[in-house]
Amino acid sequence: MAEVQSRSNEAALDVARAAFAAMSARRLLTLGGIGLILVGMLVGDIFAVFVLHQNAAKVGEGLSATAHAAVAGDADAVAGSFQSVGSFLENRGTKVDTHVHMIAFGYLALMLAILQPWVALRGGTRKKLAWVFLVGSWLLPVGVFLIHYVGLAYSPLTTIGWASIFADLGGVVVIVATLGYLLGIGRHLRQAQRAPSQDGLLEDRSVTGRILLAGGLTLVLLGFVHGGYYAAFDLYRHEALDYSLLSEMSIAAGARNVAAVDSALGWYGQLVGEKAVNIAAHAHAIEFGVLAMLLAFFQPYVSLRETWKRAWAWVLLLGSLVLPVFVLLELRLGLVAGGIADVGGLLVILSLLAMWIGIVRYTGEIDAMAPPAGGRRG
Amino acid sequence: MSAARRLLIVGGIALALLGMIYGVWYAVFAEHQELDGISKSLATSFSAAAKRDSATSGAAMGEYRELKYAYDRHVDVHGHWIGLAMILLVLGIGFNRMGFSEQNKMFLATALVLGSFLFPLGVLLQTLSRGPVPQVLAVAGSALVIASLAGMAVGFARQRG
Repeated sequence: MAEVQSRSNEAALDVARAAFAAMSARRLLTLGGIGLILVGMLVGDIFAVFVLHQNAAKVGEGLSATAHAAVAGDADAVAGSFQSVGSFLENRGTKVDTHVHMIAFGYLALMLAILQPWVALRGGTRKKLAWVFLVGSWLLPVGVFLIHYVGLAYSPLTTIGWASIFADLGGVVVIVATLGYLLGIGRHLRQAQRAPSQDGLLEDRSVTGRILLAGGLTLVLLGFVHGGYYAAFDLYRHEALDYSLLSEMSIAAGARNVAAVDSALGWYGQLVGEKAVNIAAHAHAIEFGVLAMLLAFFQPYVSLRETWKRAWAWVLLLGSLVLPVFVLLELRLGLVAGGIADVGGLLVILSLLAMWIGIVRYTGEIDAMAPPAGGRRG
Repeated sequence: MSAARRLLIVGGIALALLGMIYGVWYAVFAEHQELDGISKSLATSFSAAAKRDSATSGAAMGEYRELKYAYDRHVDVHGHWIGLAMILLVLGIGFNRMGFSEQNKMFLATALVLGSFLFPLGVLLQTLSRGPVPQVLAVAGSALVIASLAGMAVGFARQRG
């Protein structure tokens, strides 16, 4: 009986080791996914500190130049100023897209890592798909980042440059890899006698996992409540103001009233800032909430002491709350709030890095304590 | 797999597909046209102001307002459908950790799936009709999402070991 138990334990351990072996698909997707989120967040922080405000000021200057050209009756200068505004907006848009796509692909990679036991493909095929997915996930954001700098240089097309072509190729590569995994999941579901999926990740009930799951869901909820409040009380007012201020600017320019143009420009800048912080706070709270919930599933593979795991989970949740709250307070408290929000982002990055290192350190010791297949862990 | 869990996962995949198909349609047939229109109407308005043509300037600004209204909602619908799909999937994966009866879990899952579909749909319908129906749909959908998420947060917090 003891021999049977021992063999069963060994078999379970082999399966667990294979599931999260050094270069398995799940490990590649987990480490690659967290890596993408980490770099995406760093890019976002650098972008926020060094590009966002400067770029917003340039867009404001461009709009001001447009309005003043209209005051002077110079229609050609109006067109020129609009072109420069377009260039600044492209610079800003591509950097935001880089940040957003890296993080979104990181989430998708973590989701695919969780789903690996349901993918009925050979280990080698799953691993190749993981590499393909990760290559595409880097190619797209790097391509998007370069769009503003490469432009149409040496491009065979008249409207799309090489950077855009490579970014689109990255997107196609990600789609192909994801479809490959979906095909594997479809095969698993079609198998008449499929074995019940025993997965330590989904059966884990650790305190850290529960903190991240409940905390993450609370963040998502807070993000939704704030979004609902914004939609109910500010969205329509902001939309009306957007039109009325631009209209006022245009009418005042036609009447050569410089003071009225400048006043409308000032109010418009404030409006843009108000909209931006509300949308950013709403989006970041929800994204960090989803991140915390996803990371809850990977806690069994974070090879750190339980107290440290718990501490890093709280740090992640604290940073995830501080960032959106202080982004929202930027309009009242100015740069101080912006600085505190950046510290919140840094806390999330640090805790994510700690978990990433913990997963790199993981060598299967948790699985080694696992009961025989079919047994449950507390 | 429990019925509530299946509903969340299948609902999440369906919503993600809907969001992506809508996104592809929007990117190909509407986005560039709307962005071009927004840019051109603003440029036309200020150029007309420079030529002291207030009628053309006002008309172009009106066009800008309509296009911006539709553009904001089209982008929001795409983002919210896919974002909500992701939340449905993640919650579906971890749904067995919730400390509620199967009946309560099913109730919460149904409310969340329904709200996640209706809320962006209401926003999308606002581009077709300015009447109260789309707004009521969006508000009801978002209320369902918020209430069911609150219930689920309590359920996860209640779960022990």
